Amino acid sequence: MRQTEGAAGARILAFGGYQPARVLTNDELATMVDTNDEWIRSRVGIASRRIAGPDETVADMAVNAGGKALAASGLSSEDIDLVIVATCTPEAPIPNTAATVARRLGINAPGAYDLNAACAGFCYALASASDAVRTGTARNVLVIGAEKLSQWIDWTDRSTCIIFADGAGAVVVSPVNDPEEAGIGPVVWGSAGDMADKIYIPDRNGFIIQEGQAVFRWATTALHPVAKKACERAGVDPTELAAFVPHQANLRIVEAIARKLGAPQALVADDIVTAGNTSSASIPLALARMLERGEIPSGAPVLLLGFGAGICYAGQVIKVP
Amino acid sequence: MAMSDQEIQTGLAEIIDEVAGVPADQVTPDKTFVDDLDIDSLSMVEIAVAAQDKFGVEIPDDQLKDLKTVQDVIDYVKRSSASA
Repeated sequence: MRQTEGAAGARILAFGGYQPARVLTNDELATMVDTNDEWIRSRVGIASRRIAGPDETVADMAVNAGGKALAASGLSSEDIDLVIVATCTPEAPIPNTAATVARRLGINAPGAYDLNAACAGFCYALASASDAVRTGTARNVLVIGAEKLSQWIDWTDRSTCIIFADGAGAVVVSPVNDPEEAGIGPVVWGSAGDMADKIYIPDRNGFIIQEGQAVFRWATTALHPVAKKACERAGVDPTELAAFVPHQANLRIVEAIARKLGAPQALVADDIVTAGNTSSASIPLALARMLERGEIPSGAPVLLLGFGAGICYAGQVIKVP
Repeated sequence: MAMSDQEIQTGLAEIIDEVAGVPADQVTPDKTFVDDLDIDSLSMVEIAVAAQDKFGVEIPDDQLKDLKTVQDVIDYVKRSSASA
């Protein structure tokens, strides 16, 4: 049987991020549950987060971020032939979010699927996009992480309502002919299904339940080897990284992994301070904002590391556009 | 060879200094982690992980919540290393 012919490599052409307008501060949360600004900042590192409007959907946020990435890529909607939306908070099981987002962005009849690896979703989706380009099953891929976690939060549970938030981030992935120009390294991914009960939503009317200490222990002990392996497989030493952009789960987890990574020169993303934990959106959203502020030079190597419910995790080194 | 109380206390003080920035001379047996040393539940996890590396004693989360004072940890480490 005939097989597809792929590209020598894949790279990210552009980023786009979107945050809902509504800012929810710690002081405001303190009027809703027994907590305070100092407690939240010291435990999770968040000062404020964004919450989607009541009628604002995951698809709305995905369209916003995806549209920005597409515009910045210099490609047109006709060039995109695959749309992947990483989300664990879709509006409904069907239809999927990706097909709706594609239609609204004027992308005609692309392959379109949603992917759920919770907070690791963006890194899984980016790896899938890179593989699709390299095997020739797609040419240009729009990858979006989008979440409306606010609709799955028990607003009387102070252990979770201070953490989770809403937002979206996107990239456009395209082929390169010369492997030297490739900008997405090999993914290192995995899962730990024995820890499924550490972060979960019990049923369709339920809310996010998290065993904070267990997740913290796992994240601060199991992930830095994954991060180092992703660097090793890309042939990039941690000391060469311009930045480290892990999932914005909790600033103390971010800092603990960064300390153990051995990359003291790397800029460590701290987008959680004003964005909260936006699950699959957090990595592309953080990077979009860091690039907007000119904090990372074009072509510089950056390590991404997603991890969360499942438990699922994935990391890869990229070169920023 | 079993560790003495003093050896465990010294090792624990080093860990607590590293994790939470509490000076070693404040880490005395009668001190409580939460009220006296201002150490929160996440720092306790970091201390447990570092204690495992240093003393070779695993302190699971469900045991951790019962360790309120420095002496509690010293006793736990002694008991667990004796039975190991």
